Order: sequence, then structure tokens, then C-alpha cells
Amino acid sequence: MKYIIAIIKPFKLEEVREALGGLGIQGITVTEVKGHGRQRGHTEFYRGAEYTVSFVPKVKLELAVDSAMADRVIEAIQTTGQTGQIGDGKIFVLPMEQAVRIRTGETGQAAL
Amino acid sequence: MKIPSLFRRSVWALPAGLAMAAALPAPFAAAAATINKGDTAWMLLATILVILMTLPGLALFYGGLARSKNVLSIFMQVFICFSLISVLWFAYGYSVAFSNGNAFFGGFSKAMLAGVDITTMAATFSKETYVPELVYVVFQLTFAAITPALIVGAFAERMKFSAVLIFLVIWFTFSYLPAAHMVWWWAGPDAYTLSPDNIDVVKATVGEQAAADFLAKLAAATDEVAKAAVLADYSAAASAYNGWLFNWGAIDFAGGSVVHINAGVAGLVCAIVLGKRVGLGKEPMAPHNLVLTVIGASLLWVGWFGFNAGSNLEASGGAALAMTNSFVATAAAAMSWMFAEWIVKGHPSVLGALSGAVAGLVAVTPAAGYAGPMGAIVLGLIAGSVCFIFCTTVKNAIGYDDSLDVFGVHCIGGIIGAILTGVLVSPGLGGTGITDYVLKPGEGVIAEFAMRAQVLSQLKAVAVTILWSGIGSAILYKVVDLLIGLRPTVEQEREGLDIAAHGERAYNY
Repeated sequence: MKYIIAIIKPFKLEEVREALGGLGIQGITVTEVKGHGRQRGHTEFYRGAEYTVSFVPKVKLELAVDSAMADRVIEAIQTTGQTGQIGDGKIFVLPMEQAVRIRTGETGQAAL
Repeated sequence: MKIPSLFRRSVWALPAGLAMAAALPAPFAAAAATINKGDTAWMLLATILVILMTLPGLALFYGGLARSKNVLSIFMQVFICFSLISVLWFAYGYSVAFSNGNAFFGGFSKAMLAGVDITTMAATFSKETYVPELVYVVFQLTFAAITPALIVGAFAERMKFSAVLIFLVIWFTFSYLPAAHMVWWWAGPDAYTLSPDNIDVVKATVGEQAAADFLAKLAAATDEVAKAAVLADYSAAASAYNGWLFNWGAIDFAGGSVVHINAGVAGLVCAIVLGKRVGLGKEPMAPHNLVLTVIGASLLWVGWFGFNAGSNLEASGGAALAMTNSFVATAAAAMSWMFAEWIVKGHPSVLGALSGAVAGLVAVTPAAGYAGPMGAIVLGLIAGSVCFIFCTTVKNAIGYDDSLDVFGVHCIGGIIGAILTGVLVSPGLGGTGITDYVLKPGEGVIAEFAMRAQVLSQLKAVAVTILWSGIGSAILYKVVDLLIGLRPTVEQEREGLDIAAHGERAYNY
């Protein structure tokens, strides 16, 4: 099983979620985060004080998938989350040891 | 008290100030003193509007500009300032500001509101027109309460709460009260009516013997010149207990000096003595919620109509003029700051527009009842741009941390307003002119206007206010610093004053 973390632009969330739903992914966790990659921040100006804001709002998706699905999921996220501009984000894939459904106690693939 | 030689015998001009006559000893009433329910109702409403300016106007305005970890500390400081000053006002504040004493401080004759009840009266700017004294007491209370609350903006996010409390009490006592007394305390319009019909008031003002003397001299005066001489002498005598700056001829309709320059200078001194916020320039200190600031600024603008128009003390055309000026000057200043910022910085910002509006309100405060509307527009345009330059270029060049721009907006705006009031009051420029209360006993007459003399009086009053407040505040901060220390520890400041000082978090999600 794999654990996939994807940082995407906030307005892309709906598109990505639909694409994942199309693949049969049923569970996803979403967090609002701030960050930057090679993209610089921007300057904000409050009454005489200039602030360089280094962090840009992003959305983090986390999902646990079957290893066989991983490649298709990555491709789906990458195609729908892409705009071609800097700041599109990144996808990280981690090996996952175990998954458990709390309601029933199922483990492994059945829990995904 | 020696009356300065500014008063010349030939052309007597007693400038209109904003203050009240000594409460005439009960059960005595001035000849034909009248209380009008319309005036009373308006003044009660104006009082409530000014309360709204502080609670929650100012609190929201400042709170939104601070970081979220300090927002409650701002609210606390503003709310408690209001509560604290309220108590002190009734205990001794009203008496020290608005009773006979010397040229700088009143006396304690009305401490604990002694002698003030629902029947006693306070004078307005018109002869024989009064409002219930209690109305005046609470109206002036709102001014006394908001002035120290303005300084909160200068030491926001980095002053110990206990130090704030001690500072407020002493600053209110030694900086606000004398300013209010010096600028606004006078004998009232009826005291200047030298005529046998007004014998009781004349006696109450200058004493029985002097009253008889003056009236005899007036009756004996053969021509206009002799009469004018007697009236001028009488004016000088009646002005014996007036505030120092009032007798200089300085005019301040609703408190440009008393409130804004006073608090603004104290704010600058504080910012310098206290030092910068920990992490300034390196850590993000952007306003945490400009929505609160917009709401606060809107409440300030609306409430300011009570502040300025209420300072007319009557529900009359004068109040409407003050309201008009508070509209146009503010609007002009908001646009002026906005366009200046657009040109210089590339974006018109909401905070800039609000700051411009506040700068306009501050500048029109001393001029509200004196300038004409066109003059008020010019005043607003100037105040908006000059304060913009001050809050951006000058502040960054000098490098002091006036967190919420108390000096740049209130002091600078107040100075611009105070000086231009001397210009814009000219009848030639659409202003109301200065009222002479003594020339025709029983009537207020618009005196011949001398702009240079008037502007000079304004400048002197501004200088006195700046020096008094600046030096006084500097001493005061040092004293409090030695007593209990001004700043919280660095850890407390980093953690945020809400948690460190008040044990509360504003946002729990």
C-alpha cells in the first residue's frame, strides 16, 4: 500500500477530487497549508510597513491507496492539478505499512 | 490672573471656545436662562455616539490591526481605559477640567459631582441657552475616556497591563485634564453680558463690588469709545478664571489639541521610550483581521458626528455645519490618502483609505464648527496626503515603532487641523468668524477677523500642547518604568499578551 501526499493549488481541489473519484478512490483527507517551493512570495503593504510574505496558500491531499493503483492516482493528480504556472505543487509517495478501518476493525486492503 | 496683552481695548474679540460656565450657584439661575428639550435630546444622543466611537469603534479599529495573539489585550486596554476614566471623571476629573481654579487646572469644587444635580445647568455658546449640567458632564466624559485610549495604539502589543493602568491614571490627571481646562474652560457667554438686566450673573462672575463698579462705569460712559473701554475692562475681569490657552484666543471646536495632538505626542514619546516590538522587521506583523478594522473605522466615522456636531452643545445650524464638515473633510481625506498611495505605492488599499478618513476626521475636529464646507474639503485633502507621507516615508526614515500610527494620524492631523482652523474660520473663506460676546451686551457679534493674530494663537496653543504632553509623558513613562517596568518579558511578548497577560485566546478553532 502507498500513502500519497499531494500539495496542489487550492482552486484545483474540486477537479482533482473528481478525477480521483472517477478512479474509485473513496477516502481523502484535505488540509489547508502554506508553503513555497522555488516560487518566491509576494510583498504586502500595510500603511507604511512592507511585508514580504514568503508563504503561499496551498491545499494538501493525503490518501492511502493500493500499490497497484498508485501510478494511476499520481497521473490523475498530476494531469488535473496542473496549470503550467509555477506553484502547481508536488506529489510525494510513501510506502505504507498498515491501514485499519476503525468502525469494523478491517485491516490491509479491505480498509482502503 | 494677569490677562495677556493680546487683548486690546479698541477691538475686543473674545474667541468662542468650547467650555462651560461655572455652574451658577443653586438655586440661582441666569436672567432668562432656558433649557431646550431639543438641545438636551441631541446632546444625549451625541454622547452615546461618542461612546460608540470607543466601544467598540476604537477597540475594533486597533484590534484588527494587531496580531491575533494580541487582539484581546487591545480590547482589554481600551475597555478598561474607558471604565477607569469614567470613575475618575466623576471622582475629580470633571471638577479639575471644568471649574474655577487657575489657568491650568480647575479646582475640586465639583469633585464627586458636588453641587451638580438634575437641576443645575451648563452654558452653551449662545447667550441664555443652557443644557442640564449632567448632560455636559457625561458628554465631556466620553472625550476624556477616548483620549487616553488613543494612546493604546502606540504601545500596542508590547506594554504590561499593570503599567498601562498606572500610566492611564496619571496621564489623564496631568495631561488630559489641564489640556481640557486650558483650551475649553471659560466663564460662558452670559458672563460677558454687562447690563443691569444681567446683574446676578455679573455679580456671580466678578463679585458684588466689582459688578456694581462696572455697571456704574458703563452707565457713566458717554460715547462708544468710552463704552468699549469699560466693556474691554469687564471682559478681562470676567476672563480671570478662563483657561490659559482660551485667553490667548486659540480656538478648538471639538478637541484637535485637547484630544488628538495631546494623545498623538504621548503616543510618539511612548513608542520611543518603549522601544520596538520584538522581531519587528523580521517576523510577520501584518494586521490579523482588516475586517475588524473596517468595522471599527466605520463606527469611528459615524460616532465622530457626535464628537464634532455634539461639540456645538446645541441642536442648531452650528451642529449641522459641524456635521457637514465632518462629512466632507473625511471623504476628501480618504480619497486624498488613497490616491497618494495609488500613485506612490501602486495600489489603493483599504487600510490606506480608512487611515485617510481618520486623518480627515482628526483634522476637521478643531475646525468642525468654524470652517465652511469648502474649506473643510481643502482641509481634508491636505490632511490625507500629509498624514500619508508621515506614516510611510517619515516614519520609516526615523524608524520609531508607532504600532498603529497614533502620532502620524492623530498628532500630525491634529496639528494640520489646529493651524488651518485659524485660517478657515475667516468669514472671507466661508468660515463662521469669531464671536465677540461682550461688544453688545446680550448678543454675540461676529468680530472683525484678524487672520495673522488668529493663526499665531493657534500655533502657540499647538506648541504648548506638544511641549506639555511630550515632556509630561516622557517623565511619566520613566516614572512608571522605574516603579514597575513598562515591557513584558521577551517570552511573554512572543507568546502574545492575550495569553501572557490575560490568560485568554481570542480564536479557539
